[in-house]
Amino acid sequence: MDGMTVISRDDVQHLAQLSSLQLTDEELGSLQTDIGNILGYIEQLGELDTTGVEPTYQVTGLENVWRDDTVIHSDVTREQMLALSTESANHQVKVPKVL
Amino acid sequence: MSRISNIIDQIKSGELTARAAVEAALEKAKSTDEFHALLSVTEARALERADEIDARIKNGESVGRLAGVPFITKDNFLAFGAPTTAASRMLEKFDAPLQATAVEKLEQEGAICIGKANLDAFAHGGSTENSAFGPTKNAFDQTKVAGGSSGGSAVVTALDVVPFALGTDTGGSIRQPASFNGVVGVKPTYGTVSRYGVVAMASSTDTIGCFTKDIADSELIMDIMSGRDMNDMTTLPDFFAPITDLKPGQKIGIIKESMGNAVDPEVRNAVNDYIEKLRADGHTVEEVHLPMLKYALAMYYIIVPAEVSSNLARYDGIRYGHRAENVATLAELYGRTRDEGFVTENKRRIMIGSYVLSSGYFDAYYQQAQKARTLLVNAYEELFASYDVLLSPTAPTPAFGLGENTADPVQMYLADIMTVPPSLAGLPAISVPAGVSGSGLPIGVQLVGPRRSEANLLALAKSVEGK
Repeated sequence: MDGMTVISRDDVQHLAQLSSLQLTDEELGSLQTDIGNILGYIEQLGELDTTGVEPTYQVTGLENVWRDDTVIHSDVTREQMLALSTESANHQVKVPKVL
Repeated sequence: MSRISNIIDQIKSGELTARAAVEAALEKAKSTDEFHALLSVTEARALERADEIDARIKNGESVGRLAGVPFITKDNFLAFGAPTTAASRMLEKFDAPLQATAVEKLEQEGAICIGKANLDAFAHGGSTENSAFGPTKNAFDQTKVAGGSSGGSAVVTALDVVPFALGTDTGGSIRQPASFNGVVGVKPTYGTVSRYGVVAMASSTDTIGCFTKDIADSELIMDIMSGRDMNDMTTLPDFFAPITDLKPGQKIGIIKESMGNAVDPEVRNAVNDYIEKLRADGHTVEEVHLPMLKYALAMYYIIVPAEVSSNLARYDGIRYGHRAENVATLAELYGRTRDEGFVTENKRRIMIGSYVLSSGYFDAYYQQAQKARTLLVNAYEELFASYDVLLSPTAPTPAFGLGENTADPVQMYLADIMTVPPSLAGLPAISVPAGVSGSGLPIGVQLVGPRRSEANLLALAKSVEGK
């Protein structure tokens, strides 16, 4: 299976859309090759028999961690946070027109 | 710059001031500029802090355990004094409004951050060649890679710019560059050090650790950074304390699958020499099997991209970070911002993540990988029922050439084959220098233990250090 996974240019375009990436034509071509090769490599996992095996999503056995529902003071001000944005006005982040 | 303890002693005795220590580190940073290990220096803030510490010492006030000791963070830790870029265009101008818990804890002990080290953009890579600002060069040979993703941190430690540097390790990003640059690299048990204020990559395996010249310095830094943080709910109650009385006659397994023909003979020789040192001290070293090793990279390159695609969804150009210009629609703003802000490897991982999480592929890839991960965790548990420590090379080869693996992402991923398995299982793992190749490149050996056993790994490595 090595490197043989066929992934079309349309598939790559669809993945880019799902990932909110507006790729150039050149990038689409090279990512098509790379992604095909990577998928070819990871497909070897299909060989493993995992019948009846529970998945491991996290490794330290933590369960829900709670804290008191109290307001925690932060040193970071609203002005500082807004200053991180490219554009803001009237204490709000400015974005292009949506509709 | 030597060891942390020397600097502390000299500052306490008045032989050295914090300002002089910081100035020396800044000077060294400038004179080693050609390695491109640093993305920025935080000179003004560092000197200001040094003067404060000197004033406290002069006034007889108490100072912390690292008073006046300069250090460098990987540039994915939020830290004051210069932008936190994650070596990306996306965060090129991002001035952090707060500092990472790890950085805060070190500063509370008087340590002084003098700069920010290069990395693969968003820590995606194993050579630091994926930095948006150009690669870092190996400390021993400028035609070779630094390793990665914490390449800059490893190189500044190896070049003695600072006595310690911080890194992050998701699948080998501290251990592999430590191996390539002949320094100690510590990746603790998952959950040991708070990740608050560190740019997230893959949340189920991201850890924070350090680079030092010797084991004692790593023990000190890990002791300071470890512990529970209510800002990172995955952190464990503090369990780390350096061990002074090493358990004698430990049972150590050398993983057979990590010593095969695909591994450079010089690397195998260095590991065998290390084994002999352990045996000479009365420890037992036996060959053990970990057949799951061959599947670990495939698991990793499903699970990690899945988590990456989710964690990097936040970079949308709205609240912070790069925003594309001259866009007509919101969709175009997202798409162009992300295309411009991410390097190719970021895009590859995000898209692979989108793929393995898509309906129709979720069970075959993501779910299968998480089940396989259980088999890997079980395989380690079985081994640790009989063994205290597992050994392997840290990487299959010494540092490879700049540009050698950039054309083939799968080839690049293979450099992580030894370091990825303990990450998936959340185990502590350290890389310690074990020799030098014929062409003068460092070789590291990796020690892995059961969860929460990093103090034993460090103590064991310390007992044969320099022998």
